[in-house]
Amino acid sequence: MTSVIQVFDVSKNYSSQRVLENISLNVKKNEIYGLLGPSGAGKTTLVKMIAGIETPTKGSIEVLDTPMPNLQNMTRIGFMAQSDALYVELSGHENLEFFASIYGLKGTKQKERIEHAASLVNLTEFLKKPVQQYSGGMKRRLSLAAALLHEPEILILDEPTVGIDPVLRQSIWNELYKLSDAGTTILVTTHVMDEAEKCGQLGMLRDGRLIASGSPQQLKESTASATIEDAFLYYGGVRNEN
Amino acid sequence: MRTRALVKRIIRQFIRDKRTLAMMFLAPLLILTLVNLVFSGNDYDPEIAVISNSEQIASQLEKADNSFIVYENKKRAAEDLENEKLDAIVEINSPSTKITLEGSNPTANKAVMMTVEKTLKSLTPQNHQQSSMETEIDYLHGSADMESFDYIGPFLIGFFIFFFVFLIAGVSFLRERTTGTLERLLATPMRRWEMVAGYVLGFGIFTIIQSAIIVSFSIYVLDIMMAGSIWFVILITLMLAVTALSLGTLLSAFAKNELQMIQFIPLVVVPQVFFSGLFNIETMADWLQPLSYLMPLTYGGQAIRDVMIQGGGWSEIYDEVLVLAGFSLLFMVLNVLALKKHRKL
Repeated sequence: MTSVIQVFDVSKNYSSQRVLENISLNVKKNEIYGLLGPSGAGKTTLVKMIAGIETPTKGSIEVLDTPMPNLQNMTRIGFMAQSDALYVELSGHENLEFFASIYGLKGTKQKERIEHAASLVNLTEFLKKPVQQYSGGMKRRLSLAAALLHEPEILILDEPTVGIDPVLRQSIWNELYKLSDAGTTILVTTHVMDEAEKCGQLGMLRDGRLIASGSPQQLKESTASATIEDAFLYYGGVRNEN
Repeated sequence: MRTRALVKRIIRQFIRDKRTLAMMFLAPLLILTLVNLVFSGNDYDPEIAVISNSEQIASQLEKADNSFIVYENKKRAAEDLENEKLDAIVEINSPSTKITLEGSNPTANKAVMMTVEKTLKSLTPQNHQQSSMETEIDYLHGSADMESFDYIGPFLIGFFIFFFVFLIAGVSFLRERTTGTLERLLATPMRRWEMVAGYVLGFGIFTIIQSAIIVSFSIYVLDIMMAGSIWFVILITLMLAVTALSLGTLLSAFAKNELQMIQFIPLVVVPQVFFSGLFNIETMADWLQPLSYLMPLTYGGQAIRDVMIQGGGWSEIYDEVLVLAGFSLLFMVLNVLALKKHRKL
């Protein structure tokens, strides 16, 4: 299988502070790749660079065999930011319409895609309401729908399930599996250890370094841990002893 | 296409935000009305040309008050009056005296009349024939019943449009950043210039409405003097609004939150009041005077005055309109560059 996201030895500094150090990783087509790490580990910075918003201080990133950042490539990526980037004065439908138009969807195609994305996240009946009146979970789902509108080949989700109830979280994950089966590559960040088990591949990020990567099963087995959390502690601890 | 989507979104958001709409459309009307009610005049040093068939009288006047300047040539005096280098021309060809006032500025008019009256009175003991003189008064622009508000009003129209558009556009663009939607937009293929253009067009539509309302209100309700065409005034105020809009969105890049945006008011907006011609720039220290050239409001205020008081047309205002367009373009280009901070492409 081919790699669709390739990160080569990337470091990122903000003024003098080093946020990411020598990160290299590969994400293969159709994979659900999870970036696991506590807040402040540099997950958001890394996915922003992959999405083309930020540029690395050192190293390079290729998405779909094109060096990032690249504007044309951005139409092939769906991005859901950590904060709900929505216009609260507008209705859910108007928000989706706006993002759809930005990706060049119009007419019946636009209508179809909006209906489809809204039904995926169970928001169809609330689309007329202004986003101001949405709950936190509804806003997250609307953000997800906005990222799905243009049928991206790569979906980047920054903490997609924060503040979402377990039932809904399960349904969002089912949705992600479906998208993955249909050929979408998904890169998701999370700080919730049990959520990491749901990913096909995992990268563990701590203090700006990638401390381990592999499938959840591999990571647990090679460290003789019962849970992902133990595995994370193991890798984090090893680095501290050095 | 993407710019159009942005324009549509801004219009929708704006219509939902009733209070901001009210601030943009009604607050300037309220303030203009207040200023109209409370305004009072200030001191002014006039420049008066003296033309006389008697050299003796002319030089006596010049000695009596340094406001007077002797002109040999009547045509040159008339030109200087037209160019606002002079406030008035006094022609003394005994037994008649004729005073021609530039007339745009009621404060200047009053000052001229007082100076002439006082000086002629002080000369009377030496020169009896002057008391029997008949005095004729003419106005180049304006008229004797012009009020102070007629003079400062055109300027204030420009100022309030500038102020409110600057603030509202700046805060809106800032909010795009603080709520994370700017980052979200930067994750789309939208280009930086498309974003800036969308903002200018989206807000531009509201500033057209705002300009039309404020100008009409001033003319038809406050009964401000209006010698020229209302369309020119609306055009100038619109250009001024676009300048404020592009400056506001540009500066919002350097503010972290709404409060920091408000802090730009004393730095950017207030100096415009002092250096753009509402107060007499000629009375300021020489080294301060060039500052007025940097203020967009100098050009806007001057052009509105040219139209409203002096009845000027396109030939009088096109240079100021072009300068304002230049300012807008400059700020927009700088804004496209400032957005580079958030995304290199």
